[in-house]
Amino acid sequence: MAEAEESRAGGAAKPLFAGLSDVSISEDIPVEGEITVPVGSHSPDEDYSTLDEPVKDTIMRDLKAVGKKFVHVMYPKKSSALLRDWDLWGPLVLCVSLALMLQGGSADSKEDGGPQFAEVFVIIWFGAVVITLNSKLLGGTISFFQSLCVLGYCVLPLTVAMLVCRLVLLASSGTVSFIVRLVVVMAMFGWSTLASTAFLADSQPPNRKALVVYPIFLFYFIISWMILTFTPQ
Amino acid sequence: MATSDELQFHEFDEAADLLAVNPDATTTRISEQQSHVAVNVSAGSEEGELGEETDKTELLSGQKKQPSFWTFEYYQTFFDVDTYQVLDRIKGSLLPLPGKNFVRHHLRNNPDLYGPFWICATLAFTLAVSSNVAHALEKRGDPSFHYSPQFHKVTIAGLITYCYAWLVPLALWGYLQWRKGLSIHVGSYSFLETVCVYGYSLFIYIPTSILWLIPAAWLQWLLLAFAAALSGSVLVLAFWPLLRSDSKPATLAALAAIVSLHVLLAVGCKLYFFQMLPSTIPPVHPLVTAQHPTVLLPRQASASVPLRH
Repeated sequence: MAEAEESRAGGAAKPLFAGLSDVSISEDIPVEGEITVPVGSHSPDEDYSTLDEPVKDTIMRDLKAVGKKFVHVMYPKKSSALLRDWDLWGPLVLCVSLALMLQGGSADSKEDGGPQFAEVFVIIWFGAVVITLNSKLLGGTISFFQSLCVLGYCVLPLTVAMLVCRLVLLASSGTVSFIVRLVVVMAMFGWSTLASTAFLADSQPPNRKALVVYPIFLFYFIISWMILTFTPQ
Repeated sequence: MATSDELQFHEFDEAADLLAVNPDATTTRISEQQSHVAVNVSAGSEEGELGEETDKTELLSGQKKQPSFWTFEYYQTFFDVDTYQVLDRIKGSLLPLPGKNFVRHHLRNNPDLYGPFWICATLAFTLAVSSNVAHALEKRGDPSFHYSPQFHKVTIAGLITYCYAWLVPLALWGYLQWRKGLSIHVGSYSFLETVCVYGYSLFIYIPTSILWLIPAAWLQWLLLAFAAALSGSVLVLAFWPLLRSDSKPATLAALAAIVSLHVLLAVGCKLYFFQMLPSTIPPVHPLVTAQHPTVLLPRQASASVPLRH
């Protein structure tokens, strides 16, 4: 049908590719070859083998990356460094230290106490996974581990708050200390939530930003609640 | 006998006219195998979104390839809501109007899992947190009281909320499917829509559980009655059109079961999480115990007083 139209049109005027239908590929012309493009230059990492470097360098490189991300969290501005090179070392360190500090809160009876280490650990990781799944299901473009990385790193202000709370509780445990702890925890909670939304909000479709931010708010609220209600034995 | 000209494929004139009038209208074409073109004109910006939604669902419901159960896209279809839609559904669960069936009016064939899941999570944590705060506030007069975060309550609250919000709709959906098999007039909703109605109807309990911190028993029971009435009526209004063509005893029994389970949830939560009476029990004066060492002081329900000889 297309050819019929073409012949009709060809009869009326001279279109651009008038003689194209006459071209045929004869068997003499070879239509084969190689379609490989020679790679010009290797990327610098390939030539540089990390097997021979001293162990200190290897460890320092990762530590520096983690440290840089901590700085990004404390001063959140729109940079993609946190997202591009994600790693889960920072979240692991933060989660373990927070869970260690939170465990074994006071208990009158065995089950009446604060969260145990496993509970805190599970809440943080399971909560982060659920929030990531939620944002992906709502149509977010961020990858799974990038989101875990951001949520984990933004626990840093709350870990600082936990440290401050423990120090304050060493000093006194009255109403004044409670007010101080409340103010500190609330400030750090706000900081965490703002930092994580600064990193994550851009990857969401615009009509659903609030739907994605609310679970993050709830997540950090739970962690802040656990920090605030911690009472030592 | 039709001429060969009439049997040829013709573009719809109406479609061409409509397109000429409104040149930037959105047009949708169904699959190429079908030999007609459908035109979808968005009439205005307000109607546009709703119109697009319903038109899209009409056009796509038959033709859209349902993603397989094992792919991620299948589950993405359950989260296909925008912020304003979720807020609108929450508002609809708070204000049950007699004419508006929640499922037909607010869900509109687009049930979502976002609302039920996060409302249940929020409700579980709100119950646990405000129960802990109420406990602490109530006991603050008691010197022997040592504050504890009572973290196990989070687990229990979560279990109760999620079981209610998912198992009861399952049972109700099963019941409706069974009745639909017996009598053709009984309609039914899909399982997702049932879960959606139940999930959104639980929203009212979130502010209620925060307001239960106020230590006035009459206020707490009043709030409970108000919340149970509101969310119960949302459920009844949603399921009444399905059941009304069934036999009278069956309809009444089903509606009574729905309402009573809902009230049972509210009362159970109130009693378990906020079981204390509002007044603090003052500690017994030590002189009294010294004079009557053999008298057993009446054990109060919520505070144990140390006996001193």
